[in-house]
Amino acid sequence: MSEQGIGARVKRKEDKRFTTGKGKYTDDVRHENQAYAAFVRSPYAHANVNGIDASEAEAMDGVIAVLNGAQLTGDEIGNIICGWAVNSKDGSPMNMGAWSALATSKVRYLGDAVAVVIAETQALARQAAEAVLVDYEVLPAVVSAVKALKSDAPQLHDNAPGNLIFDWEIGEEAATDAALAGAAHITEMKIVNNRLAPNPMEPRSAVATYDEAEEHYTLYTTSQNPHVARLILSAFYNVAPEHKLRVIAPDVGGGFGAKIYVYPEEIVCLWASMKTNRSVKWTSDRSEAFVTDAHGRDHVSTARMGFDENNKIVGFKVDTVANLGAYMSLFSSAVPTYLYATLLSGQYNIANIHCNVRTVYTNTVPVDAYRGAGRPEACYLVERMMETAARELGVDPSELRRGNFIGEFPHQTPVIMAYDAGDFAGNLDQSKEAADVAGFAARKAASVANGKLRGLGYSCYIEACGIAPSAAVGSLGAGVGLWESAEVRVNPVGTIEVLTGSHSHGQGHETTFAQVVADRFDLPIENIQIVHGDTDKVQFGMGTYGSRSAAVGLSAIVKAMDKVEAKVKKIAAHILEASEEDIVIEGGQVKVAGTDKAMGWHEVGLTAYMAHNLPEGMEPGLKEGAFYDPVNFTFPAGTYICEVEVDPETGVTTIERFTAVDDFGTIINPMIVEGQVHGGLAQGIGQAMLEGVVYDDDGQLLTGSYMDYTMPRADDLPFYKVLHNSTVCPNNPLGIKGCGEAGAIGAPPAVINAITDAIGNNDLAMPATPQNVWAAIQASGKSIAVQ
Amino acid sequence: MDMTGEYRIAATRDVVWQALNDAEVLKACIPGCEALEWTSETTLSARVVQKIGPVKVKFNGEVELVNINAPQSYTIQGEGKGGVAGFAKGGADVVLTKDGDETILSFAAKAQVGGKIAQLGSRLIDSTAKKLANKFFSNFHEYLSDDAPAGD
Repeated sequence: MSEQGIGARVKRKEDKRFTTGKGKYTDDVRHENQAYAAFVRSPYAHANVNGIDASEAEAMDGVIAVLNGAQLTGDEIGNIICGWAVNSKDGSPMNMGAWSALATSKVRYLGDAVAVVIAETQALARQAAEAVLVDYEVLPAVVSAVKALKSDAPQLHDNAPGNLIFDWEIGEEAATDAALAGAAHITEMKIVNNRLAPNPMEPRSAVATYDEAEEHYTLYTTSQNPHVARLILSAFYNVAPEHKLRVIAPDVGGGFGAKIYVYPEEIVCLWASMKTNRSVKWTSDRSEAFVTDAHGRDHVSTARMGFDENNKIVGFKVDTVANLGAYMSLFSSAVPTYLYATLLSGQYNIANIHCNVRTVYTNTVPVDAYRGAGRPEACYLVERMMETAARELGVDPSELRRGNFIGEFPHQTPVIMAYDAGDFAGNLDQSKEAADVAGFAARKAASVANGKLRGLGYSCYIEACGIAPSAAVGSLGAGVGLWESAEVRVNPVGTIEVLTGSHSHGQGHETTFAQVVADRFDLPIENIQIVHGDTDKVQFGMGTYGSRSAAVGLSAIVKAMDKVEAKVKKIAAHILEASEEDIVIEGGQVKVAGTDKAMGWHEVGLTAYMAHNLPEGMEPGLKEGAFYDPVNFTFPAGTYICEVEVDPETGVTTIERFTAVDDFGTIINPMIVEGQVHGGLAQGIGQAMLEGVVYDDDGQLLTGSYMDYTMPRADDLPFYKVLHNSTVCPNNPLGIKGCGEAGAIGAPPAVINAITDAIGNNDLAMPATPQNVWAAIQASGKSIAVQ
Repeated sequence: MDMTGEYRIAATRDVVWQALNDAEVLKACIPGCEALEWTSETTLSARVVQKIGPVKVKFNGEVELVNINAPQSYTIQGEGKGGVAGFAKGGADVVLTKDGDETILSFAAKAQVGGKIAQLGSRLIDSTAKKLANKFFSNFHEYLSDDAPAGD
């Protein structure tokens, strides 16, 4: 059955419904007596709320209720929390400001909700929301994290003086300073990682229903982790007790991190459904998404990297200011710390690393994990430093990297991570050959002859996935464990349902997970159903983010399958009167090896459930569960090479070639993995060349629609060359590393390194729009050199 | 955003000044103005409908005349709230200079918007604000040049 098992390019089972318009998303859910919510949002970035007059809205026909923050807190709905405690370096806890799902006395970002209208139709709800009069007393705003740290900056939260959330460090500062003091060469850069809006294709949505007779709530929502949502909604937000709340995340159209968190809207819909005794639906439109979905990135860093006379790195020191927006979102504290600074060793042997991170409140949308989450920021920093250092040292950028690669595993970095396996030099060699680096000089000469500039840039990325060993993250402040659960149910007729705590929102789990089961029991993939996304159906699970579904979620399934296989063999040995060790499972049969004694797979299932003839003491049924807690992170790594051509007269840049060599460990379905890489690269190239959230100084969002926020389109992207150089991950049963975020992590530095190579100016900020590239060319004097 | 402009009006400064303080004249000249009424000697309530980019907004607001130095200059400023569409505020310093029987009107105006108007129309705000300011003063210029009776 290898054409459907591990390594096979099986077409996605879920695509039949997705490509024929039969997917069932949250907004498709419609209950009898459906009511609709519209939020009244602040048009100011920072203001005191002195009063809300809802009388006109309440008097409108079809308006069921107008609810506000005072009522919400009056009903003891809890504040929204950050679930990962990160302390400052002096030991003091992070300064978490209060975040009510509906603001009570103060709004802190444009889009902060102050009230909600519940009405008979969506149009009515929106119309009535316009009639709610809010008395705002406008306050000065600050949108830049660096400016927010200044002494005269407007203050957001009383318990966060100077807008500082925490001042954290990792690594040995004194040793790093000493290493840098003795360095033969130091490369120094100021690097900005631009703020991004996540933009999943399906906007967020929630449908909440309260059953008065049962005192029970049901929430359909666009979540990457419905159990985590249920836990938080009950344990922290006090919306409903956990056993009286069912959370369903049906088909979800992309998440990219933005759908990990519990937002004000879900809390308010649940609460409003109880207040009004109606099913309440809210669906974001794209404009609302820009001002409510958690943004990503937004770092400003200065970095110094020291080299000895043999071009070996001796020390790396980084100072980062991370903008967390107006409130601390669920994992906002972990992104610029444990998911970022722990990757600053890159693929390199660096004995001394120190990083200081200050996280800051500003009058902007909260910032949290977005595809890559901290690791793109680290990779961009390290790889731009390496490329710039090579230029300053006058050596080939790929050779500078090779000379510093980690070659032996396991490798303990000075910033927590212990890399378990990899082949960094192999990735580099394979990508250089595939990208025809040897032919670059000739292609460059041809570009120059046409009046164009041409550049080539590398990115040797590494990331930490398979998130994460529970005890390890617990010791670092995480408020949850990051294991995964699975249940494998073999039905009496031999078909199989797998209940997984992972959640698929576009990744193709229904196919890849089924492939692994088909491979293990040698069954047709059609006989296997993957069930996920419903807290009433599936046991508690942790959901999908951090490229964890295959490395962690599949490992739990494998553990459960081990138990199923053991029981199957016991039953078969009993029926076939053989020894368990001699039983093999193949071709839909359970056989005694080397004999013609066999029973059908389905007969084993039937035997287990009939229970007429089971080994003595065996329980009936054939269903096993497992929890898998990883022993380490996994470390996908690779080399990306980007080649660009730049028009010096206009700054217009085209990507001529993009070569990706990735080491994802074992690959279940190469077609799906390539799709993940393609999508990740598109988002990485989007960050590098097109995307960027811009606020004006008053906190007004200037990039709040697709007219101003540029998403990558097909004609912005090249035909990628996507290749693999797999080393097996030694720490999980299938040897998987994860592939979901690599493209978005590895691509930006490759693109910017290529453009800066072309234009001869290292000082270029993302996004490299034609205007930014043109300005950098003017600053470098290169436009004249070409003529 | 800042705008400046200058118009030569074929009317004496006193006539121009009077018109600048006449709610009916202002209402006729402010693009999209549906209502403008005195609420005190120096304040007016206004209702203005505007389309900025893809957003059509009905602003309810207050207009105030300050720095009055009759008949030479004043500052006209206002803030309109457009509900969920956001807000707009702005002002113009208007100066009248005698030039024989004619008057030179010069203005320096500022405009600021927020909320959904800024989110969807930010790139259109500057050009829209310029267009509206010019439209007002050209309406005003025409109004006086045509010698139309005050009031309509």
